[in-house]
Amino acid sequence: MSAFFRVAALVVRKDLTVEVRSLEVVSTTLFFAVTVVLIFAFGFVKEGVPMDGVAAAILWITVAFSGTLALGRTFERERQADTLRALMLAPADRPALYAGKLVGMLLLMALVELILVPLVGLLFQAPIFRAPLRLAGLLAAGTLGFAAIGTLFAAMLVRARSRDVLLPVLLYPMTVPVMIAGVRGTAALFQPQPDAGMAQFWFALLVFFDVVFVTLALWTFEPLMTD
Amino acid sequence: MTTAVKAQLGIAALMFAASPWVINAAPHEATMGLVYKIYFYHMPSAWMFMLGAIVAGVASARFLFAKRQASDATAVAAAELAVVFGLLALVTGPLWARKAWGVWWVWDARLTSSLMLFLIFVAYLLLRQFGGPGSEKLSAGLALFGMANVPFIYVSVNYWRTLHPKTSVVPTLPVAMGIPLWFCVCAFLLLFLALLSLRATLETHRARIDSLYLSHDEA
Repeated sequence: MSAFFRVAALVVRKDLTVEVRSLEVVSTTLFFAVTVVLIFAFGFVKEGVPMDGVAAAILWITVAFSGTLALGRTFERERQADTLRALMLAPADRPALYAGKLVGMLLLMALVELILVPLVGLLFQAPIFRAPLRLAGLLAAGTLGFAAIGTLFAAMLVRARSRDVLLPVLLYPMTVPVMIAGVRGTAALFQPQPDAGMAQFWFALLVFFDVVFVTLALWTFEPLMTD
Repeated sequence: MTTAVKAQLGIAALMFAASPWVINAAPHEATMGLVYKIYFYHMPSAWMFMLGAIVAGVASARFLFAKRQASDATAVAAAELAVVFGLLALVTGPLWARKAWGVWWVWDARLTSSLMLFLIFVAYLLLRQFGGPGSEKLSAGLALFGMANVPFIYVSVNYWRTLHPKTSVVPTLPVAMGIPLWFCVCAFLLLFLALLSLRATLETHRARIDSLYLSHDEA
């Protein structure tokens, strides 16, 4: 078991080192997320006032869009230098490699969300500090669910043709429960009379989703990545 | 084509030919009149859609874990049938809903989750078509995840919708309407099974030709 965590930690460290040196994925994803929010602002701000209840949806759609971009870029980098094959050849547990990639992805998306949430709060007058812990919990659970499926699919698609377009095509229908739970839970926190019970329910659903899909991904990563 | 498949196709063709008379014999529904009879095709299509999805999921799991090549052919066949029957259900449903509810589409839990499942299988076929070599495995993973996702989609859509409840008219069927319904279900099931085995055989042959072609190239 300790070997599992050691391998996962090594993969995370490798990904972070590569990223810190180039800042390629972080900078492009962040910029992309900001532009997406601005485009939404042009669509949903009428006469200087944002429409009711759109902040939660914009936040989650932007998370999904920028997450897809980051997943695509991260694995494209692995493909170009054929380093994913090298990782797979390493005498290590395949599920540990998956866990390492997943944690790296989560750190990246957390960094983007750190900028994204205040931006949405600022531009759409969303009360992000009303229940910060609940909001953080929803974001963490939702991001984990999205990244768990996304990391597996992006890794699988490395060898496929037209992978750029196939990743969102496969990922979005699959993460519909994450989107619904995330948007509804966040909207329950943002509405004029916040509904903590509703947010709690959606959070529980997200946690359940995470448990099922992380387990399933760890379990299927080995057969899916073996030729 | 084996004799069993031929027999299934023949009986299914006869039953489909006879179905207008059987459906016509069903009693008239007071509020919706003739339009409700689309239900006799809609329900069986929706069931075959679900059956196709389940068969594709189970076959994909067997292909992935037991490495049974034949299961992959079954999975493709079932996924294609799920898309075909799903499309039938999604087209006939709104035709009925327009008359029953006054709108073409409502964001009801069952409708929305069917649509999402349909999209997952369309994605499956897209991956199969454009994923290039090795996409059998990826699509098997997709089908497996799609299966695991069904309860989540249903629960989430259900709760999303109950925030804005809407009454719906769901007719309960008397016996005289049940007979034509089951008649149509049998016809659809026979057609489904015949197409499933035909398409799976075709896929097996295609895979064999592919592998022969590859080994010829390498030689």
